Amino acid sequence: MAEIQIKNVAKRFGEYQALSDINLTIADQEFMVLLGASGCGKTTLLRIIAGLETQSTGEVWIGDKRVDHLPPKDRGIAMVFQNYAVFPHLTVFENIGFGLRMQKLPNDEVTRRVQRTAELMHIEQLLKRYSGELSGGQRQRVAVARALAMEPDVILMDEPLSNLDALLRLEMRAELKGVLAESKTTAIYVTHDQVEAMSLADRISVMHQGRIVQAATPVEVYRNPAERFVAGFIGNPPMNFVTARPEGKGRWNVAGQSFDGPASDAGALEFAIRPEDLTPAEAGLRATAKVVEPLGAHLLVTCEVDGALFRAVLDSDLVVKPEDSLTLAPMPDRVRWFDPETTKAVAV
Amino acid sequence: MSTRYLPYILILPVTIFLCVFFLYPFVLVAQQAFWSDTGFTLDNFRKVVGHWKFPISLKNTLLLAAAVVPIQLALALLMATMVNNMGRGRDLVLYVWTIPLGISDLAAGIIWLAIFDQSGFLNSMMSGLGLIDRPMNLLSYQSPGLVFLAIMLAEIWRATAIMLVILVAGIGLIPKEYYEAAEVFGASPWKRFTRITLPLLRPSLSTALVLRVILAFEVFAVVQALGGTLFPVLMGETYNYQFELLNGRSAAAVALIILAISIAATLVILRVLRVPKGATI
Ligand SMILES: Nc1ncnc2c1ncn2[C@@H]1O[C@H](COP(=O)(O)OP(=O)(O)OP(=O)(O)O)[C@@H](O)[C@H]1O
Ligand SMILES: [Mg+2]
Repeated sequence: MAEIQIKNVAKRFGEYQALSDINLTIADQEFMVLLGASGCGKTTLLRIIAGLETQSTGEVWIGDKRVDHLPPKDRGIAMVFQNYAVFPHLTVFENIGFGLRMQKLPNDEVTRRVQRTAELMHIEQLLKRYSGELSGGQRQRVAVARALAMEPDVILMDEPLSNLDALLRLEMRAELKGVLAESKTTAIYVTHDQVEAMSLADRISVMHQGRIVQAATPVEVYRNPAERFVAGFIGNPPMNFVTARPEGKGRWNVAGQSFDGPASDAGALEFAIRPEDLTPAEAGLRATAKVVEPLGAHLLVTCEVDGALFRAVLDSDLVVKPEDSLTLAPMPDRVRWFDPETTKAVAV
Repeated sequence: MSTRYLPYILILPVTIFLCVFFLYPFVLVAQQAFWSDTGFTLDNFRKVVGHWKFPISLKNTLLLAAAVVPIQLALALLMATMVNNMGRGRDLVLYVWTIPLGISDLAAGIIWLAIFDQSGFLNSMMSGLGLIDRPMNLLSYQSPGLVFLAIMLAEIWRATAIMLVILVAGIGLIPKEYYEAAEVFGASPWKRFTRITLPLLRPSLSTALVLRVILAFEVFAVVQALGGTLFPVLMGETYNYQFELLNGRSAAAVALIILAISIAATLVILRVLRVPKGATI
C-alpha cells in the first residue's frame, strides 16, 4: 500500500516562491500526472517527494509513514530522471542492478531481477553495452528498468519521454502505461505535454505558477476545467472565450446572441466553448473567417467573433474561404462559464 | 592553395619548435649514452648501474614516489571534493591552496630547510616551549627517517596542488544528476564517491597521476636542499655525473634510465585507468 499524501507543502528559493499550498492525495497504484507549463514547479514538487529537495513547509506521507525527514533511499521510491542519468561507466546490466547492489542483495537475486526487468523493457540484448553505445530510446528504457528493478512502492518520472522523437514517444508511451499498470506501483509522472498527460493519466494535476489548480481525471479536466487557466491550457487548439453581458436572470448576451447561463450577479462572465464543439448552423455566433487550415481530418478555421480570436474545428468537406461569414452554433451542454474576477468556473 | 594542406602548414611551426628544442637534444643525449669512442656500446649503462650509489638512488627515488604520490592523491581528492562542495569563497580557497605551485622546487626545499634547520623554526619553537635544551640537528645522517620525512613533507606541500587543479576541473565535469540518481538508488556519500566520482574521474586521475609520477621520478632540488648527499636520488646522480665528475656519457645514461622508468609508469597508469569505449561521460 503506497498512498501518497502531500500536505500544505510550500517551497521558496530565497525570495522566489516556487510552490505554495500544495495539497494532493494520490491513491495506491494510481497513475498521477503533473502537468504544467515550463517553470511552474513540477520538477521541484517531484524532487520534494523524492527527497532530493527539502520543502520550506508542509509534510509528505508515503503509505502510513511521514517521510519528509527521511533520505531518498528510505522512502520506498525510485526515479526516472529527465536526462535519464544512466551511469556512463557501468554496463546496462550494472545500471539496472545499481540499486539492488546498494541493498547488498545476493548476486543471483540481482541477476534474476535485472534479467526480468530487462525483458520487460525489451533490452535484454543490450545488457553488456555501455550507455555511450545506446540510442536515446534505449537509454530511456534502461532508466525505467533501473527504477522498476527496485520494485518500489512509488515510481517518480520527470519528463522521461521529452528527449525522444515523436514516433518513439508514442510507442514508449503505450509501453510505459502497460508496464506500470502491471507492476502495480503508484506513479507520479511529470510532463508539459498535454497529449501525453491525457493518454497516460488516471488523474491529472494541472499546475500553474507553483499551485495545483485542478486535480481530476483527464476527461474531467478537459470537459470541466476548474479555472480559466486550465481551459486555456488543455486542448489543442484551446478553448475559445467570449465576454458575456447580463441580459436578465440567467440570460447572457454573447456577441449579440442570447444564451442561457448561470444565475450569477456578476457584471460580466466569460463564455467558453471548445473549437470542436461548434457546428455551422442557421442560428449562432456570427464569425468572420480569417485563416483556413485544412488538417486532413478536419478544417481548422481561425475567425473573429466580437473582435476576439476564435477557433473552430469543422468538417473537412466544408468550403470556407478567408473573409467568409459563418454562423457557428455551440453545442449547448458543452458551453462553460468563467468569472473573470476569480478566474474560476461558474456552474450553471 | 588547397585546404588539404592547411592543417599541416598550421602545425608546422610547433613541429619545428619541438624538433629543434626537444627531439634534437634528445637524440644528442641518446647518442652520448649509447656511443663510446669506438662506436655503439652499452658500457655507459653498465658502468652507472654497476656503481654502488645506483641501487640506493633508485631505491630512494622509487620509495619517495611510493610514499608521496598516494598521500598526495588522497589529499588532492579530499581537497577537490571539499572545494567542489563549497559555495562562496571557493575560488579564494582554491587560489590559496595552489600558491605552492608558483614557487620553484629549490625555493620550496629552502623554505622547508628553514623549518627543519638547526637554527630553524621548529628548533626555536621546541626550545621556546621548553621541549629541548639546545637546538638539535634534525637533518643529519643519524636520523635518516627524519630526513626522509622532511623531504616527503616538502614534496607533498609543493606538488599536491598540481593534482588538485586537475581533479577539481575533472569533478566539475561530472553532471549532478548522476549523484542524485545514485542517492535515490541508495548509495551512501562514501559509495557515491567510490562508485560515481572515482570511476567518472578516471581521465583526470590518469592525467594527474602521470604528471605527478613523472615529476616524482625527476625529484632533485628539494632533495638536494634538505638531504644533500644523505639521500641520493637518480636525478641527483645525473647532476653529479654531469657537473661534478664531468662525465656526460654517464649522465646521459642515467637520464635515459629515468626516462624509461617514467614511460613504464605512464603506460601502467594509462592502462589501469583506461575508460572502455562507450563508457565516457
Ligand atoms: N535550486 C533552485 N534555486 C532557485 N530557483 C529554483 C531552483 N530550482 C528551481 N527554481 C525555480 O523554481 C521554479 C520551478 O522550477 P521547476 O524546475 O520545478 O520547473 P518545472 O515545472 O519542472 O519546469 P520545466 O518544465 O521547464 O522542467 C522555476 O522558476 C525555477 O527557476
Ligand atoms: Mg522540470
